[in-house]
Amino acid sequence: MPDQTPDRSVLLDHVSIRFGNFTAVDNANLKINSGEFFSFLGPSGCGKTTMLRCISGFSEPTEGKVLIGGKDMAGVGPNKRPTALIFQHLALFPLMTVAENIAFPLEVRGVSKKERRKKADELLEMIALPGIGDKKPGELSGGQKQRVAIARALAVEPDILLLDEPLSALDLKLRQHMRTELRAIQKQVGVTFIYITHDQGEALTMSDRVAVMSRGVIEQVGEPDRIYNRPRSAFVASFVGENNALQGVIKGQSGDLAALETPMGTFEARVGGGRKYKAGDAALLFVRPEQLIPGATENAFHATLTRQEFEGAANHVFAKAGDSELRISMVNAGLAGSLPGQGESLSLGFAPMNGTILPVGHMASDS
Amino acid sequence: MNRHTLFGGAYALAFFAFLFGPLVIMATTAFNSSRFPRVAPWECFTTGWFGELFGNARLMEGLMNSVIIGVGVVALAVPIGLAGALALSELPAKLRSMLYTVLILPILIPGVVLGISTIVLWGQITRGTGAGFLYNGYFLTIVGQITFVSAYAMLVFIARLQRFDATQTEAALDLGATPGQAFRKILLPFMAPAIGSAAFITLLASFENYNTTVFTVLSESTFTTALASKVRHGTDPSLSALAVIIITLTLVGALTNEAYQRRKEAEAGGRASRSPLYANPVTRALTHPGIVFAILVTVIGGITYAGSQYDSSVCEAAVLQEKLDRQEELRAEQRERIEAQEAEQGVTVPKPDSAFGGAFGGVGTPAAPAAPKPESPSAFGGAFGGITAPEVDE
Ligand SMILES: Nc1ncnc2c1ncn2[C@@H]1O[C@H](COP(=O)(O)OP(=O)(O)O)[C@@H](O)[C@H]1O
Ligand SMILES: [Mg+2]
Repeated sequence: MPDQTPDRSVLLDHVSIRFGNFTAVDNANLKINSGEFFSFLGPSGCGKTTMLRCISGFSEPTEGKVLIGGKDMAGVGPNKRPTALIFQHLALFPLMTVAENIAFPLEVRGVSKKERRKKADELLEMIALPGIGDKKPGELSGGQKQRVAIARALAVEPDILLLDEPLSALDLKLRQHMRTELRAIQKQVGVTFIYITHDQGEALTMSDRVAVMSRGVIEQVGEPDRIYNRPRSAFVASFVGENNALQGVIKGQSGDLAALETPMGTFEARVGGGRKYKAGDAALLFVRPEQLIPGATENAFHATLTRQEFEGAANHVFAKAGDSELRISMVNAGLAGSLPGQGESLSLGFAPMNGTILPVGHMASDS
Repeated sequence: MNRHTLFGGAYALAFFAFLFGPLVIMATTAFNSSRFPRVAPWECFTTGWFGELFGNARLMEGLMNSVIIGVGVVALAVPIGLAGALALSELPAKLRSMLYTVLILPILIPGVVLGISTIVLWGQITRGTGAGFLYNGYFLTIVGQITFVSAYAMLVFIARLQRFDATQTEAALDLGATPGQAFRKILLPFMAPAIGSAAFITLLASFENYNTTVFTVLSESTFTTALASKVRHGTDPSLSALAVIIITLTLVGALTNEAYQRRKEAEAGGRASRSPLYANPVTRALTHPGIVFAILVTVIGGITYAGSQYDSSVCEAAVLQEKLDRQEELRAEQRERIEAQEAEQGVTVPKPDSAFGGAFGGVGTPAAPAAPKPESPSAFGGAFGGITAPEVDE
């Protein structure tokens, strides 16, 4: 073991990438730390793949710089960067065996055949698929291909592993299993993982930190719980997790809390992103379905229950208040509890800290 | 069996007869000792036409030239076609369609034009630069054929490239390969089957080309041009023998390929493990394409050897004798008739002693009861008449 671990950080220094007049990535400016599991989360077409291709060297930024391990990567080709990319469709070489696939990075570096085979077997051991070295990729299942692609990328001994929606082709069960596995592999090898996904479940469960992207812009960077609990923009609030949104007008702000007048009444809630509002500013109030509590006294209002969806652990209740439909998530209290019936009037409320006031902006539904 | 299947069967039969009838007839004529390629009347079974074919110095020299030119064309047209296809795949869409048209144009231009323009152009170039040694049939034919043959190769490569996943190359680069390594280790192996087919197609195209070659080959000749001039001077069954050889080679190739494809398909589809053919080690080995090929070659080799030992001279001599006898008989008959006429009219009619007309006519309709018309205007007329009207009156 070398006594100093290499610098495996990635710095995006005011990176913009344009195709003609179209800006695919707009002024991305962030640092991904050495050994971190970092995710880019955003809807399809928001520029995630473009960003990843720029880090791996397939394209150069139109503006700004990419630094890997503190070194400027301008003019350094993909085969010269300490990165390995796992493609969205894996791009395993169909004419080679699994072992040849995994050992390909060693082959092009002139490593002897015997040593290549040894390394391939080691890596197969690591991904818990010993003995499949002589098969062709076409004979493997989706999950096996996935792991072979990871092993092949790790054979490069990269400082940075880039993964482009690697689980999107798998079925749900396998996807959940692979999440745990990926995280375990990352811990084991200590390589920086940069993971791209449009699936918030993946991003939130695996990552140390998440960057939420929309329309080429990085909207927010932070730990998963902060992204969920403290969204800084209407897009993040509506894209990550379920949320109820109410439009209103600011009546006043004192410190972290502000009062917002809506058609359903005036509510007090936390101001997102530490912003300052003047009275009369238009703003949006977000409250998560599980934080709307029946019978709560703070920020109380009345709603009429319109329909329910039963989902085992939780019950999704839809209620109408004013002209907005709200979504309420209620824990299934079992036979001891009781659920409101259709058409019943409900008294709901939420703690001011659980509501977030954000400036009006585009939402996930209009991307 | 209803009327539909009956009709369908009859149709299929007619279709195949139409398709393969000429081939079957031609192949059969190769073994008839008659000097003209025909099936009836059957004279003697012979393998002599094969010997005659191989004994034809001009054809054999042309064959050698065709091989030299074919190898040259394949060696140049395949890389040119591959480079063209790769260049096309890299270009932006607008430029691509334009370049595509330009590259495909030589296929659409008549071969005669290509041939003439090749000799004109290279005549100028070689005279202008003093590279006169290039102005020969081999070089001109190779460059002339390449102009359009490489476009065939390119079409084959374009079709294959369309199925190539470009992220494969990116993955290779990302894993540390240089662009050269990515090309050799990823793209080339993917293109290998297409390279094989392109080589085959270009070889065939070069081999069978006449229109361009007949100009560019100058004083030399290729197999095709030699064949064409031979046909112009009258045909004989040694060409049928050639047809037999070509058909045999095609069949061997097709059967081996079929065995290969079926095996590959069965293995890929997992059916190999289930099929009884593949479960039994003996039949499994027997259906291996290599074994199939070896068996075919052995059988054909055996037949060829047996054929080369076969001697039909006795039968042929008998047929010849029979013909001579018949001719003599006819002459005698004729003489009698003329004598009778002379006796009747007291005039002399010129005797039909054109041996040629007689011989050809005799071969043409040996069983016809009527004597060949002595006033047959030319030997040719007799010859072709014989081929087209071999009916026998009973
Ligand atoms: N080579 C390109 N030329 C023009 N536009 C491109 C190119 N690559 C990507 N884009 C555009 O950039 C946007 C972002 O694409 P991408 O990064 O693939 O999105 P994501 O991976 O987040 O789904 C898309 O609108 C796409 O059409
Ligand atoms: Mg993408």
